Amino acid sequence: MTTPRTLFDKLWSRHVVSERDDAALLYVDRHLVYEVTSPQAFEGLRLAGRQPWRRDTVLATADHNVPTTSHREVIRDPLSRQQVDQLTRNCDEFGITLFPLGDRRQGIIHVVGPEQGATLPGMTVVAGDSHTSTHGAFAALAFGVGTSEVEHVLATQCMWVDRMRTLYIELRGALPHGVTAKDVVLAVIARLGASGGTGCAIEFGGDAVRALSMEARMTLCNMAIEAGARVALVAVDETTLAYLEGRPQAPRGARWDAACRYWRTLVSDPGAAHDASLAIDVSTLRPMVSWGTSPAQTVAVDDRVPDPAGESDPVRRVQMQRALDYMALQPGTPITAIRPDRIFIGSCTNARIEDLRAAAAVLRGRRVAPTVRQALVVPGSGLVKAQAEAEGLDRLFIDAGFEWREPGCSMCLGMNDDSLQPGERCASTSNRNFEGRQGAGGRTHLVSPAMAAAAALAGHFTDISEG
Amino acid sequence: MDAFTVLDGLVVPLDRADVDTDALIPKQFMKSIARTGFGDNLFDSWRYLDPGEPGKPRSERRLNPDFVLNQPRYRGAQILLGRDNFGCGSSREHALWALVDYGIRVIVAPGFADIFFNNCFKNGVLPVRLPADEVDALFAAVDAIEGYRMTVDLHAQRIALPDGRLLAFDIDPFRRDCLLNGLDDIALTLQQADDIRRYEAGRRDLEPWLFAGG
Repeated sequence: MTTPRTLFDKLWSRHVVSERDDAALLYVDRHLVYEVTSPQAFEGLRLAGRQPWRRDTVLATADHNVPTTSHREVIRDPLSRQQVDQLTRNCDEFGITLFPLGDRRQGIIHVVGPEQGATLPGMTVVAGDSHTSTHGAFAALAFGVGTSEVEHVLATQCMWVDRMRTLYIELRGALPHGVTAKDVVLAVIARLGASGGTGCAIEFGGDAVRALSMEARMTLCNMAIEAGARVALVAVDETTLAYLEGRPQAPRGARWDAACRYWRTLVSDPGAAHDASLAIDVSTLRPMVSWGTSPAQTVAVDDRVPDPAGESDPVRRVQMQRALDYMALQPGTPITAIRPDRIFIGSCTNARIEDLRAAAAVLRGRRVAPTVRQALVVPGSGLVKAQAEAEGLDRLFIDAGFEWREPGCSMCLGMNDDSLQPGERCASTSNRNFEGRQGAGGRTHLVSPAMAAAAALAGHFTDISEG
Repeated sequence: MDAFTVLDGLVVPLDRADVDTDALIPKQFMKSIARTGFGDNLFDSWRYLDPGEPGKPRSERRLNPDFVLNQPRYRGAQILLGRDNFGCGSSREHALWALVDYGIRVIVAPGFADIFFNNCFKNGVLPVRLPADEVDALFAAVDAIEGYRMTVDLHAQRIALPDGRLLAFDIDPFRRDCLLNGLDDIALTLQQADDIRRYEAGRRDLEPWLFAGG
């Protein structure tokens, strides 16, 4: 009898080209590229006279700094335009497939990959972006990397990775009304802390995960990095296969059948030993809202802003006070008394069709509160946008007072014109509430799409689990 | 990449946990397509009182006198003393390019975020993990003694303190070798090109759907 193996071990050992000490040279099956973290990598190839090892594994799109307003094919900001143009030139020169602005397939790289079937179970996936953990929802071993590693992967099709510990998080029970995968992952991060997953590959399992759609599993894996875990995983099941069947880059016919036979083995064997494990009963969770400047600084919507005086660790206490000062919040303030100036629905965390449906369902027939200066919805890709329009979701957003935009990363990081002004407060479905993340001096509260929509209507956070 | 062997340098303390890469280099400076020129915008929103934009000369900026990097006693620091989870968040290597451009070659902290940690080695920067109580003691010493310097010896894997104490640190031997010799890691991996091709042929048999025309 063979030793039971974890999903992580199966994926890892399948990709080892060679080993040294506590690291392995892993082969990379899919490399996702975008405009901001790739120009210096292509320049490096050019200077060294190197070519991509396997250009058919590389897929590129422009997402981080692109405008989200209409008629954006000519970008006004010269620096953004230069970066997007450079991506086009690099893809031309090195023979890489690019979904440019104007192509319906363009969008946020972590939305585009799965949508195209370019992310498949059993793959290793690399991108010069920390939220590459998203692709782990497909039982793919996916790593966010820096630009030098982008160049290394382009040139060698491989990367050296330190061996990781595995952390199994079992999610049990049924999600209460108004509680989504976003709330679950925020609760997990609050529990682990911002560095609790460092050096770990997190596998999410349990009946609550099995009940989630692929979109929701992507939300879960997307934010593992906010607990420090570079890799997140969900085992393959029928939901995975149903999502992938018929996608443009998924295998077809007999090859599909063969692939499914292998992919069904991409689960942790019963009795496989993880380095650590944790169980959470999701039926006790509440809708979550971040109050501070780290995603771990998150509480339930019916809770209050915490008091640093209650924190015993001096470094953490100072950090909490700094966060309160930056966020202009007083300890003890009810979360439902916090009033956002802007609403952002979008990002690689929450800009898929299901996220837009959830927000639109809350908005139906109602209007954004007059105290809200701007409410933005930015679909994750051109195809998500088209699907939403086919379902009439765009009308629900627009009728409620939202701006319906073109796809991109937008206000998640504010590299384009969509950013907060100093002091502005935002209810955001994105992934990071760091100081200045959405614009210098801007204040971010991380929430689910349904919560963002409810806050837009009420003008303050509200307990959407009621009613 | 520049080799790293021994560095005797001034230490600047940054007493905050979870310093993220958005703080190290704000997004508006990531529109550059070069690897250089980021140093003036390291910690931009903490270092300056006015909003930073690409191309705005440093001479026109208003320095934040309260930010530690702006205090005269830390001018020219090459060693950054930090807290846990240093470099968390975004994978942007621009954070390293900004640190290097500013002059930082060593970061000492109780812990680093994984992607940032890897990015350090790609840029000739040595990240040193020390136990939290050692780091606490260093913060106190740096605060108490103006001009506090340390000598970081990568070959010997130890840090010499002004009081004569030596702090040993661990480092992956391969990475140490790469830093000591300033090696091009792509060229090193390409020495295994035959292994990679052999591996690739095996995978093509196992998972032909991953190969165009396979």
